[in-house]
Amino acid sequence: MTTKTTQIDRRSFLRVGSLAGGGLMLGLVTLPEVDAQGPPGGPGGAKGGPANNTTNPNNYIKIASDGTITIVAKNPDVGQGIRTMLPMLIAEELDADWNTLKIEMTDFDSTRYLQQIAGGSTATPTNWTPMRNVGALGRALIVSAAAQTWNVPEAQITTEAGKVYHRASNKSGSYGEFAAKAATLPLPAVASITLKDPANYKIIGKPLPAKELPLIVTGKPIFGIDVTLPGMLYAVYEKGPSFWAKVNTHNLDDIKKMPGVKHAFVVDRPDFQPNIINGDPGLEPGIAIVADYWFQANKARNALKVTWNEGKFGTPEHTGAVYATKAAAMVKEEPHDVTRNDGDVTKAFAELPANGGKVITGNYSYPMISHAPLEPQNCTAHFHDGKLELWSNSQIPGNGINLAAAACELQPAQVTLHMVRGGGGFGRRLTNDYCAEAGYIAKQVGVPVKLLWTREDDMSHDYYRPGGFQFIKGGVDKSGKLVAWENKFATWGQKNDPAAAAQGKGKGPAQRITTVSSANMGGTEWPQPFVENFAIHTYVQPLGVRTGALRAPGSNVLAFVIQSFIDELAFAAGKDPVQFRLDILNNPKALPPVVAGAFGGGGGGFNAERAKGVVSKVAEISKWSTTKLPKGRALGVAFHFSHSGYIAEVADVTVSNKKIKVNKVWVAADVGHTIINPSAAENMVQGAIIDGMGAMMGGQITLVNGRVQQKNFDKHPLARLANTPAAIEITWVKSNNNPTGLGEPSLPPVLPAIANAIFRASGERIRDLPMVNSGFSWA
Amino acid sequence: MAYTLTVNGKSQTVDVPADTPLLWVIRDVLNLKGTKFGCGIAQCGACTVHINGTATRSCVTPISTAATKSITTIEGLSAEGTHPVQRAWMQVDVPQCGYCQAGQMMSASALLAKTPKPSNAQIDAAMNGNLCRCGTYLRIRQAIHIAATLGPNGSGAAAV
Repeated sequence: MTTKTTQIDRRSFLRVGSLAGGGLMLGLVTLPEVDAQGPPGGPGGAKGGPANNTTNPNNYIKIASDGTITIVAKNPDVGQGIRTMLPMLIAEELDADWNTLKIEMTDFDSTRYLQQIAGGSTATPTNWTPMRNVGALGRALIVSAAAQTWNVPEAQITTEAGKVYHRASNKSGSYGEFAAKAATLPLPAVASITLKDPANYKIIGKPLPAKELPLIVTGKPIFGIDVTLPGMLYAVYEKGPSFWAKVNTHNLDDIKKMPGVKHAFVVDRPDFQPNIINGDPGLEPGIAIVADYWFQANKARNALKVTWNEGKFGTPEHTGAVYATKAAAMVKEEPHDVTRNDGDVTKAFAELPANGGKVITGNYSYPMISHAPLEPQNCTAHFHDGKLELWSNSQIPGNGINLAAAACELQPAQVTLHMVRGGGGFGRRLTNDYCAEAGYIAKQVGVPVKLLWTREDDMSHDYYRPGGFQFIKGGVDKSGKLVAWENKFATWGQKNDPAAAAQGKGKGPAQRITTVSSANMGGTEWPQPFVENFAIHTYVQPLGVRTGALRAPGSNVLAFVIQSFIDELAFAAGKDPVQFRLDILNNPKALPPVVAGAFGGGGGGFNAERAKGVVSKVAEISKWSTTKLPKGRALGVAFHFSHSGYIAEVADVTVSNKKIKVNKVWVAADVGHTIINPSAAENMVQGAIIDGMGAMMGGQITLVNGRVQQKNFDKHPLARLANTPAAIEITWVKSNNNPTGLGEPSLPPVLPAIANAIFRASGERIRDLPMVNSGFSWA
Repeated sequence: MAYTLTVNGKSQTVDVPADTPLLWVIRDVLNLKGTKFGCGIAQCGACTVHINGTATRSCVTPISTAATKSITTIEGLSAEGTHPVQRAWMQVDVPQCGYCQAGQMMSASALLAKTPKPSNAQIDAAMNGNLCRCGTYLRIRQAIHIAATLGPNGSGAAAV
């Protein structure tokens, strides 16, 4: 039987088709509703198998008759390099010539591509095998076509850089010559193809610059903010000083008379209210001003005279100092949620001192911070013919479509989204409020509109990395072994109705409370699997703003607290900080097993051997045990596991009168056996170190009566070039595991590595972030 | 009001209010999108252009003070990416998201025009007004040192 499709994962089929002008294309069709019992793609598949799917699958690979190979990049790129990395996987197995192949950006289309998001460091593990299979299937078709044309066995055909060879008869030709024939052939089953031996890789593992690099260095218009449509107007959107404030009085009659202003109107959608607990974006009330040029709209905005009705989120309880006082008080109450309770911490702490052990406490705090991607949020929208068209650099475009559809009272199928490069993401573009605003405004004005936020909009209407307070107590026995750990964790959220929770209407073990987005701590956070007596008690209070995922959510501060307190315990135990960590990792407790996927920021179960591997490696490359540094300068170490990645870091820090200089950072990273693009990987890890440094020293968002106090980079500083270490040296620990993501797990350890170095250099323990609040600054 | 300014060697007349920031004239009136908006208060450097050869934050420069002067944007550094700074940026593979890099390159090229062989300290001082949220600073430093060896305008000759 001739089949034009082959299954590449549970829901997805690759389909071969012809390209206009006599070429080959390989595309994906997915089966969103295929019946579990039904034959996928079989005749009469009522729910639409591939045979019935009329979607044009012009995606993934196109080989034109002139030999031009185009690979389609399907994921949003906000600087993580995915639009180069995923095509590398296809091109390697296709045996294409990287230098001449073209990469084409797709639109969002959930029916034609696998997952299209940028988040959770998921793209590498989820695409590693499917994308290589796509490339290998394309190569197999070309090989078959060449073998049939030359009438030689397929086994005698070789390929290299987009060319086919039959060495015995001295025949060769470009892929393009065989593309038309290949398009008529049946696709082999994935099980029948053999992927390359990594020793023969020509693309994977090579440091390749992003395909967009020439466009970036010449200033080509490739970002969301650069989208320009004929007849396009520009919009600004003024929202209230606290969350969900509504417009009371305004002077829009005056605003409408200002130069260039075409529209000015109040937006109020009480039916589409955001929700702080769920992190739903909704559509916040505000005032839209639309003008011929953005500077006109913004000038008109500066002339706005608006009074706001601030509701329950604009009250004194939503003030930083009030939150802190409440946190310190509520951790003395009964736990709002017993998140974990292994062994008996109370008994252990009571008995340790009499038995030669030590018990210490540390109270830690960290603030909300803003994502602050350098490109402020924007979205271009055009409502026409009853449909909405969006141009957006969302990290999760599918949600942007759904949200804009709801704002415009459309069905998601009536919204299309063109993906545009994002000037940074860091998780901010995982929420799509700008899509809802742009769509709504475009629907009112009927011509193309570009909505562009100011930096002040971006910083005061973010989905912040949540802050937290952690009151930790730890105990080591007389041998210096960590035997007890208790964390009273004050975060934000709500207590659920106990009756409903008792009836099982809550969610999972944390059903007594629901925390705001990204503000929870799992019960199996490290070092839980290694400490016999281990408790986490969680406490919540209401928050007045929305929170969300920021690069390495949870981990980006949990690592700071945990790995700093581990250092405090090592000091109490009189142990070397590297050896103390290795000792813990050598002592897994025989208590309830680690829950796979629930540990340390997600991404599968924890492997102590891999953890020990990176801790040992970073000690080796930093010459941890032999380095002698002058007074006021020291090394600090930390390790963290998140998003399936094992990362240990050592920082060399000089402290002088509270001036901090990070001289060098060493990184040992185990993210599997292959670093797909070493240039991008090194760049991303070095950037993560600098990102973490900036957050640690200066990042903070504070509220007064629900109003965000920091509006721009002058009050929410990032690390600058002069703060950058002279070197950040990375060693890849290549374990025998498939590659996993790197953008997130490389960040968390740097904060505690620096804090631990500061302690060893100066005796001062950093327990509260940001450090500027304690009088520190960069040297 | 009408202003005549020279942008990338070409004389252009624009009719905008005197307080209009140069950034928005460049981006939306002249449609040169390489110069970026990041903060609006001269804190991030994404909007850096040359005005009479000096690296300047165009987001806080009103058109009234820029008119009659010679303005260079990233598009005018070289159209084909042949300026030593652009070549060095490609050689080192500096960018991640790339959003700040036009501003970084404008600051770097202004530095090199005045200081052909800058030290690390001179680089830190000249580049400290340009934020890179992705943290590509190590490669920026490296690329500036390489650009310093490539000679003016990509001729390949050593800088004098």
